[in-house]
Amino acid sequence: MELVPFIIKSIIILVIFGLTLLIAMYSTYGERKVAGFIQDRLGPDRAGPWGLLQPLADAGKMFFKEDFIPAQANKWLFIAGPCVAMLTALMASAVIPFGDTIIYDGVEVAVQAVEANVGILYIFGIVSLGVYGLMIGGWASNNKFSLLGAIRAASQNISYEVAMGMSIVAIIMISESLSIGDIVAQQHGGNWNIWYQPLGFIIFLTCAFAECNRTPFDLPECETELVGGYHTEYSSMKLGFYLFAEYINMFVSSAVISALYFGGYNYPGMDWVAGALTDAFGTVAGHNVATLIGTAVFFGKSLFGVFFYMWVRWTLPRFRYDQLMNLGWKALIPLAMFNIVVTGLAVIFIEPALTAMLK
Amino acid sequence: MNTNYLPSGFLPIVVQFVLALGFIVVTMIVTHNIGPSRKGKVKDDPFECGIEVVGDARTPISVKYFLVAILFVLFDVEVIFMYPWAVNFKKLGMFGFVEMVLFMSLLLAGFYYIIRKGVLKWEE
Repeated sequence: MELVPFIIKSIIILVIFGLTLLIAMYSTYGERKVAGFIQDRLGPDRAGPWGLLQPLADAGKMFFKEDFIPAQANKWLFIAGPCVAMLTALMASAVIPFGDTIIYDGVEVAVQAVEANVGILYIFGIVSLGVYGLMIGGWASNNKFSLLGAIRAASQNISYEVAMGMSIVAIIMISESLSIGDIVAQQHGGNWNIWYQPLGFIIFLTCAFAECNRTPFDLPECETELVGGYHTEYSSMKLGFYLFAEYINMFVSSAVISALYFGGYNYPGMDWVAGALTDAFGTVAGHNVATLIGTAVFFGKSLFGVFFYMWVRWTLPRFRYDQLMNLGWKALIPLAMFNIVVTGLAVIFIEPALTAMLK
Repeated sequence: MNTNYLPSGFLPIVVQFVLALGFIVVTMIVTHNIGPSRKGKVKDDPFECGIEVVGDARTPISVKYFLVAILFVLFDVEVIFMYPWAVNFKKLGMFGFVEMVLFMSLLLAGFYYIIRKGVLKWEE
């Protein structure tokens, strides 16, 4: 890789990294504000104007708390657990295309850390590794509640991963590519995949909730039964990492959902906007500004996804464990297979007929 | 659109990895050193709602979880088989579709067997 694109990529990674951390930080604030709004109360409002400094205060508190390691715990695994959880959460954003291309000095660089042709597989690989974070941490704590939480988390995550993988197959059949960049590029304008894959989208969304251990599937940290689930024994920034990783996962999965189903950086009327900007600022600057607008649209969609997670959390009650497993295995997997078959039939029979009719 | 994929294109992943690892290690070291540290026999016990701890957590657990893990391995391998098929689906056309329907009905037969055997019954 040449030096100029590499430096631009590194800057993109730095910016995305910072933004991810910032978004995860303010998601905690957002969650409490949303909860407050839904439950008809104020939420945090003491630290700074409208409580805006609350995440900073929380982070400061976490840093100065005692970094506690139980006597019976397996010390190094106990430390490794939250680190793995955080590392996998931070690595997943590498293949997500946050925008179209930026032209700098005649070189066109995509706003995407790695333009991998196997982007979807990369995301799945990293997401699966996230299970280890919970599993190692819960097991190493040597606490029965932690162990139960960790086992639940692992078994829930792997169950929903099967259905998630199958719902993606239908998308790949339509777009004939494993690269998220290509999949997004094909959804130009308002030609989003959600119009072709409504069932697949619902399956994917449900699985994303389960993968992030969010309500209604937050059994691993179910307070009413398991104290704190896999992070019962954790304190200080180790606990912070687990909570932080959950919020980062929420943001990343929302970003993946908006890239796969809601057109990523594409929005209706983008060609008109790009044309107007090119006329106004010249080819290069106009193109770059249009890309920035696309990136802003992408972040808007992802943040709406994060809001949706919170909305559901404060609306739906928690599942029971057998209900959760039944939904995953007996409902979502057959539905996902059905979705694949229907998509196949539609691509083979309906698509050529429609193309012939429109000609 | 970039269609030319080279191994060196993956170099930015290294940058991201180093960044993430650096952030984690620094945070861990800092938080370990600036917090207080007070030891105590009762405090260092695992927290189990204030009740005295009996044994430790290296106990056997329900075999259901293990069965789910085995099933996951089987099904995930099937799903991985579908990825290359899905990428080439439009090129394969009707032939590929029939093959995959056959494959999936075999998979579903196994799935039906598992359910009838009661592997996924959690109420018992």
